[in-house]
Amino acid sequence: MSETAELYQSIIMGRSKNPVHAGKPEVFDAEGEGDNPMCGDRVHVYVQRDGTNVFHESRGCAIMIASAELMADAVAGLAPEQIAQRRAAFEAVVNTGEKNPDLGELNALSGVSEYRSRIRCATLPWAALALAMEGEEKKNG
Amino acid sequence: MSAVLKPDHFDVAAIRRDFPILSQQVHGRKLVFLDSAASAQKPRAVIDAMVHSMETQYANVHRGLHWMSERTSDAYEGVRDKVAEFINAAGREEIVFTRNATESINLVAYTFGRTALQPGDAIVISEMEHHANIVPWQMLRDAHGVELRIAKITDAGEVDFESLEEKFADGKVKLLAITHMSNVLGTYTPVERLAKFAHERGAKILLDGSQAIVHRQVDVQAIDADFYVFSGHKLYGPSGIGVLYAKREILDAMPPFMGGGDMIASVSYEKSTWAKPPHRFEAGTPAILETIGLGAAIAYVHAIGFSAIAAHERALTDHALNVLSPLVKILGRAQDRGGVISFTMEGAHAHDIATLLDRQGIAVRAGHHCAEPLMGRLGVTSTARASFALYTTMEEIDALAAGLVRVKQVFA
Repeated sequence: MSETAELYQSIIMGRSKNPVHAGKPEVFDAEGEGDNPMCGDRVHVYVQRDGTNVFHESRGCAIMIASAELMADAVAGLAPEQIAQRRAAFEAVVNTGEKNPDLGELNALSGVSEYRSRIRCATLPWAALALAMEGEEKKNG
Repeated sequence: MSAVLKPDHFDVAAIRRDFPILSQQVHGRKLVFLDSAASAQKPRAVIDAMVHSMETQYANVHRGLHWMSERTSDAYEGVRDKVAEFINAAGREEIVFTRNATESINLVAYTFGRTALQPGDAIVISEMEHHANIVPWQMLRDAHGVELRIAKITDAGEVDFESLEEKFADGKVKLLAITHMSNVLGTYTPVERLAKFAHERGAKILLDGSQAIVHRQVDVQAIDADFYVFSGHKLYGPSGIGVLYAKREILDAMPPFMGGGDMIASVSYEKSTWAKPPHRFEAGTPAILETIGLGAAIAYVHAIGFSAIAAHERALTDHALNVLSPLVKILGRAQDRGGVISFTMEGAHAHDIATLLDRQGIAVRAGHHCAEPLMGRLGVTSTARASFALYTTMEEIDALAAGLVRVKQVFA
């Protein structure tokens, strides 16, 4: 049980139970959705471009909701290229289990690397965010 | 029948020794496998039958004039006799081998559906169907112009005959396609009553027996089923082999599903003619080894006997409902139910429950169980599901309960 307890550490439990970035903002510039057909989990991400604020509406497991929360923390104020880089770095962490000192609290999710079927839960909000950013680029481009 | 397998002397410890995988450890813990409704483990008899065939008696079937092919054809066709006897079909030609129950339903939708049903006819399914008994009918609806109607279930998770009556009221319904046992709620449907209901209203009935075939003696003639489908892999046999039973006169009228070798009477560039059932529906080299494995699985289950299996599984289910009820919310409360128990826990998502149980060596399924519309009806997006087999023990159910207590602690 110890390994599991490590995955479900307090930061993940705390953020999934009491999310601070949840909900649809009144004004936003881009949005994207992620679906996991295997389990029916769904996350909808809203982006306010001014300073990059991210919000999410999530229906899913603790891992997915905590990941959406920590993602919103981690990308605040970043430019699209920086967000893409951070996503790649985060995906490396959850796939390999090797923590990255540059990623701060996102490392709390490194434990999902032990659970192959759960990696998708952690990466789904990032995929939704990437869709939102792509849509935004098209709109601007 | 071996001594340990007498129906009045069900020895679960002896049965477990027949399943090599059950002695495996997962994450350093004893494996507690409670996901047999997805796919069951295989007894030594099945493993040995397939290996023995590969080592001593294997060639393509129905083709060669040589010894190996003839013997393999005999073994393959012998399983058809076994299946016919197992479900009490009137004849061996009523047994069509497919890949699985899903393919069996698709076969019926594609052939019977496009010929016996006319645009404007209707098909009724229930709210508790697996996607395999929904999507093929949707595809038929979109391609052929039939109507698809959904009969309600009650809050207890049983067939709602009032709703069924409504769906049949205009006389357009030509097929009732419904599960014999829900893979989510564990509900057994009253199949004899359903068959009578459909027949009195001029409709045929297809029963999805994927779950029920594992737990109960099925007699297709007593039920008066027109179609009955199941998969080998849930019945302790290999994956890749399934069965479609259909009444002889219905099969006779059905055109082929796929074209190719083995399903023809004659072929010329101008015209081909079809073999008689069941071979008309078995194009190409079939799953020879898997079919032989299915034969061994049926022999294994038959030797234990369904009265013993049903009694064991009923005791397991009663015990599970007792010990799990205080810990989780159990979905469905059908009067006639089997060892498939779906549940939710306040504050904990099904995936988190499954992951935490997995680390304790306990395998359960989590998700929508290929029944998304039913999840909507139940007001949930996913559930965790524990399912039992003839090798499941009371201790394993206690282990699940203890595991759920720990999950509750983490999510407290």
